[in-house]
Amino acid sequence: MADHQPAAGILFTLAWRNLWRNHRRTLIMLIAIVIGVWAMILFSSLMAGMVDEMVRGGLRTLPGEVQIHHPDYRDDPSIANSIDAPQGALLERLNNPPVTGWAARIKVPAMISSERANRGIQLLGVDPAQEVSLGFDPTNIVEGRFLEGPDDKGLVIGRKLAERLETRLGKRVVIMSQDPDNNVADRGIRVVGIYQARLQATEELNVYGGLETLQKMLNVDNQVSEIAITGDDFRQVASWWPQIQQATGPELETVPWMELDGYLESMMKMQTSFNVIITVVIFLTLSFGLVNTLVMAVFERVREIGLMMALGMRPGWIMYQVLLESIILLGLGLLLGNLLAVATILPLEDGIDISALAKGLEMAGMGSTLYPSLRLSDMVLSTVVVLVLGLLASLLPAWRASRYNPIQALART
Amino acid sequence: MSVTLRLAWRNLWRHGRRTWLTVGAMVFCNSLLVFLISSQLGSYAMMIDGTLGFLTGHLQVQEQRYNEESKMRYTVPDGIAVAKALRDSTGNPAIAARGSAFALASSEDRSFGIQILGVQPQFESAVSTLPGLIDQGRYLQSSDAAEIVIGTVLARNLKIGVGDEITFLGSGRDDSFAAGIATVVGIINSGITDVDRAIAEIPLNYFQSIFAMEDDVHSIVVKVDDLDKVAPLKKQIQSQLGDSSLTVLDWNQLQPGLGQAIQADMFSSFLTYAVLIVLVAFSVLNTQLMSVLERTREFGVMTALGVRPGQLGRLVLLETAIMSSLGLLLGCVAGGLLTAYLAHTGISLDAMKEALERYNIEGRLYPQLSIISLFGGPLIVFVGGMLAAIYPALRLHTLQPVAAMRAV
Repeated sequence: MADHQPAAGILFTLAWRNLWRNHRRTLIMLIAIVIGVWAMILFSSLMAGMVDEMVRGGLRTLPGEVQIHHPDYRDDPSIANSIDAPQGALLERLNNPPVTGWAARIKVPAMISSERANRGIQLLGVDPAQEVSLGFDPTNIVEGRFLEGPDDKGLVIGRKLAERLETRLGKRVVIMSQDPDNNVADRGIRVVGIYQARLQATEELNVYGGLETLQKMLNVDNQVSEIAITGDDFRQVASWWPQIQQATGPELETVPWMELDGYLESMMKMQTSFNVIITVVIFLTLSFGLVNTLVMAVFERVREIGLMMALGMRPGWIMYQVLLESIILLGLGLLLGNLLAVATILPLEDGIDISALAKGLEMAGMGSTLYPSLRLSDMVLSTVVVLVLGLLASLLPAWRASRYNPIQALART
Repeated sequence: MSVTLRLAWRNLWRHGRRTWLTVGAMVFCNSLLVFLISSQLGSYAMMIDGTLGFLTGHLQVQEQRYNEESKMRYTVPDGIAVAKALRDSTGNPAIAARGSAFALASSEDRSFGIQILGVQPQFESAVSTLPGLIDQGRYLQSSDAAEIVIGTVLARNLKIGVGDEITFLGSGRDDSFAAGIATVVGIINSGITDVDRAIAEIPLNYFQSIFAMEDDVHSIVVKVDDLDKVAPLKKQIQSQLGDSSLTVLDWNQLQPGLGQAIQADMFSSFLTYAVLIVLVAFSVLNTQLMSVLERTREFGVMTALGVRPGQLGRLVLLETAIMSSLGLLLGCVAGGLLTAYLAHTGISLDAMKEALERYNIEGRLYPQLSIISLFGGPLIVFVGGMLAAIYPALRLHTLQPVAAMRAV
């Protein structure tokens, strides 16, 4: 073992010097690796930013990362499938971390009519303070005010819906729905606020009224349609939602967002496979150049390698040395590529304006600004893929180099 | 075979492995591009067909303001006759009139606010795929019966089936109270939840009488069999309508999101392709630069013998051209075969089902092999390779014969 230590140092020096003997070739390859690594990380972070934005937006619409319902509610969202507002153990659980906000709300389909038009909507009976804790931003109110309490007698509707109904602040509209006995429940109610949302579809769909006001109208006492819960970080939900489920009990259905919105969940999955595919495809395109460079480097040194072997260098060391060259090249490329990626992505994290395509992005559930998100995991992924596959690709040229017969190699011109 | 060509060919195979590796990079990139671009075009076609095929159609005649604000009173007067006139004058049978209104639909147990369409049963199946997606019962037949077809999800939410009755309440064109009772004759299953939750169709004449429409409709839907026919047909219909308050809208105006979603996707994919092409170009640059440098002595001798640097440059470019052509040819063959096979069997999309439903894509993806998708990507790779060879070729102009001949 003792004589291996100095040998390793010498091998490194040899590999390093060999690389720069033909500096043009090495530089071109290095630039190619840097561009490749940069592109891998850039694409991954653009994709991550897009999906993050979609999921966050989607969770704001859901809302919450975990929801509790009557077992039949999701299939038949009627007021008949209501549950009691949280109490006892569940209330205790909801008021402690990791839960950062929750809301018990009525959510039923309803019909809204102005003097001029009518529309099908989703009627939400809410406690405004709870909604805000769940992520409703009161600054989204563009006219009038948000609800002031669960007993507020007013109605807050979306800007687009107001347009569709040809109504405005201060006007009365009629909302119509059903009570638990399937009788029509209706009520004339004044529009006290108009909100704007990220997506037009939300503005047309969601209508907010006071929780207690709507409970009275729909003839339910202290009952709600759903309890929506948030813990702020949607990636951590898997770790805490079972606790909520336990506190809720088996009679009710507790569902995390992954099950509530299949689209979001499949976007997350698509993101992961997209990252792996893009990284591997870019690498494969790179690998031809990498192997080519190594093959050339070995080929033009055949005599030299023969001489080294004749002087007693073991075949394993030759192989080791070629691999070392490849590692140095890849390592440098990775380092510079990562640095370049960080340098280009960080300034973009404030957002890229893509509102020219807003309608198309809305179809995908996205807003009109893209926030690239640089993530350590993407950088690690590209580094691991490039190093592991790069070494695999270098094995053949390295192995061939170590298999030369010294006498024949020395005889080559 | 000219001397230059023969020289170039032989030079390439002096380092067979290196040449094949460079060609390999191009073949890999080219086959990938053929496959990706074909799948992309295939998925756009599915998005367009899927989104427009259900209801929208390729063109619609509407009152000028209706597309912006779909109000009951913005109507196409005498719509059934207009649709008939258009069918006769354009020779396109896929033209149908429609009315549209919001109403509260109630079964015995449940009520939901929905959009109700009044359709011409005998023409609707030519412009919309929904009549063909009847799961239970039948589609509408008579043009004035009190019948309705609804989506499966709506039927489940209303807790009704074929033969049951639906009451709907809404307001007519003149803001009067509109109400009707219709029997469910059919249930549509499109496979897309949002469509199945929202769809409800009744015969147009019945619709007109309930919603006080007289002879008016809200839109006349036109479907074509080839996207290229949209623009000329639009012009023809527009001129036929003259200066009336009506307008013709194409699918891009009716569904602006669709075209933009395609643009956004194209932009991001072309970014990816650009990176791949640049990487291949670097591979070519490396190979050609090496092959020029290792031949310094040889080139020195050739210049000393009277060959001009320009001719040597052309030799290098010719070598690259041969290599790139090989890459182009093999890449197109490999990519074309792979894509043709998949275009035949289709690619299963089950893993991404929920994501793709948003774009009304369902079932299997069939890549579309066309001249553009087959040669577009590879030709750009070819050009990239040739551009990369310019620097090595230009270096030859700085060659000093005497010094070059002494080079090791």
